[in-house]
Amino acid sequence: MSTKSDFRGSRPISSFFLRKPKVRLISLLSLPMTWIVGVYIVSLFLLLITAFWNVDPFTSRVSPGFNLENFIMVFTVPAYIATSIRTLFIALSVTAICVLLAVPLGIYMAKIAKPWLRNILAVAITLPLWAGYLVKIIAMRLVFTEEGFFNWLMAPLGIRGPGFSIPIVILTLTYLWFPYMALPVYTAIRQIPPNLFDASSDMGAKGFTTVYRVVIPLIVPAIIAGSVFTFSLSLGDYLAARFTGGATQMIGSIIAANINLNPPVAAAYSMIPIAFVVIYLMVARRTGSLERM
Amino acid sequence: MALIEIRDLAKSFGNVKAVDDISLDIESGEFITLLGPSGSGKTTVLRMIAGFEDCDAGSIKLNGEDITHLPPFDRDVNTVFQDYALFPHMSVQENVEYGLRTRKVPKAERAKQALEAIASVKLEETVNRLPHQLSGGQRQRIALARALVLRPRVLLLDEPLGALDRQLREEMQVELKKIQRDAGITFVFVTHDQEEAMRMSDRIVVFNSGRIEQVGTPEQVYEEPRTNFVAGFLGTANIFSVDVARKFLGATTTVSIRPERIRLQAPGTKIDKSETSITGTVQEAAFVGANTIYILETDFGVKLTVRKTNTELLGQDNSFVAGDQVMAVWRNSHIAQIPV
Repeated sequence: MSTKSDFRGSRPISSFFLRKPKVRLISLLSLPMTWIVGVYIVSLFLLLITAFWNVDPFTSRVSPGFNLENFIMVFTVPAYIATSIRTLFIALSVTAICVLLAVPLGIYMAKIAKPWLRNILAVAITLPLWAGYLVKIIAMRLVFTEEGFFNWLMAPLGIRGPGFSIPIVILTLTYLWFPYMALPVYTAIRQIPPNLFDASSDMGAKGFTTVYRVVIPLIVPAIIAGSVFTFSLSLGDYLAARFTGGATQMIGSIIAANINLNPPVAAAYSMIPIAFVVIYLMVARRTGSLERM
Repeated sequence: MALIEIRDLAKSFGNVKAVDDISLDIESGEFITLLGPSGSGKTTVLRMIAGFEDCDAGSIKLNGEDITHLPPFDRDVNTVFQDYALFPHMSVQENVEYGLRTRKVPKAERAKQALEAIASVKLEETVNRLPHQLSGGQRQRIALARALVLRPRVLLLDEPLGALDRQLREEMQVELKKIQRDAGITFVFVTHDQEEAMRMSDRIVVFNSGRIEQVGTPEQVYEEPRTNFVAGFLGTANIFSVDVARKFLGATTTVSIRPERIRLQAPGTKIDKSETSITGTVQEAAFVGANTIYILETDFGVKLTVRKTNTELLGQDNSFVAGDQVMAVWRNSHIAQIPV
């Protein structure tokens, strides 16, 4: 009898939690919930409120209030509308290019490459993630600057780079976010049973038919998962545009420019990428793909 | 001319010879089974006929045409895979239509043929379901319908019944045989289950470590095994090495005798002139329902397995228990001589 009570007494915390499931739940979630609600949701909410406040045009002093002018401005000033559309275009292009690169690469890595080459490629894809974000942007800047590597390399062919502009911003963002698309796509292709490839060719399908009838449909969830990253990260970025875009402005550039001068406008404008992402996630959800993320 | 002619086919994976120089003719319309333990090369041969693996040497002809290096999509053969390989994102009907679609069969015709094929395996009610909503047996049938709808010259089946439970497997064995006979398609069936092979096949090809041990009808490979391996792999066999056989039975080769062909009687009782007997001690008598399995330690110094069919209730016929002295008797014509 004494041994039994000793045994029980030795784990007072575990047995307490076992008997009180609610306490267990609270202790499990209190820290992450504090983080999500306290830091994330509250600050987003404050941002939303700021968007309705006034600013003194001379002193830049912000005073609480309620006016819709900031929003009206965001939706009516042509430069703002153009920037929204430009940013959306850039983010969609980056996502599309990432998909176009990731699918063939994933098929090659998962189904064709020898194991040693597959490992090298996997490292090559993830390696840029270890380099700093600014470092990579500056690297792209050096490559595409007037006397940069690209122009030097292409000079014998008479080709000159476009200079800092929208295409280079798209290229830079693709470079930055490509791993987030390539890894889920590659993993998803690896998970396709090899028999499905055999079965498809057994029934008369050549390589491309198998890719678009079997591979692509099966990796749609992975593409959506990857695109959530490439799309939303591109949407919010402004340093790529600043350093490799020349005069190119993105939503983030305008927010960054206004953040001290006119915080309410910056807050109102930051609702645009949030809205884009929410719409995007809703569309993705309808395809049923988020459940498998 | 045989429908499929395989000549000197060889394939290695690394330094393992998976298929070691085999030749085989498969006749049109026959049900032929490649039988052997796992790793014996049978599946590799099937995959080379299908075109999923390229061979290192040798040739495969289909209907006189050399198909050795053709890709799978250019061969008039179809495969039913071990784990069915149904496309998980396509409905049953889309799965069955897949091959017709790649052959650019018009939509209406495609649907008609697919529904016919699905009906032929009695699964009309599942046309709109996804593969994961089907049972194992239903998936099996759909995989079959998907291959048969293309009316191939040859259907290759890679252990298609391996994942089914026993009762379902036996039902499918009967059904597969019927489908094969009705459609008149050549079936090349791979299995490691000797009973399944014997039940369905016109001919059995016994594989062992990348080589063909014997080709023959089920009766031939069972009654006239040409190698020790075949004798032991199909059913149970008492094998006497050539030394023992020469010494005690006057034979010149290794011999084998099936356990069910041996009967036990009391020592000293009469036997026929056409029979041989040896005496021994019962080591073990195991009642397994329909049969009782005896293990004897014989005076030859070899162990003998004897199977007695329990036609009477236990104890109502001459049964023996461990420790009994017995005489094992068999007809001389039941001895199989193994030449190799």
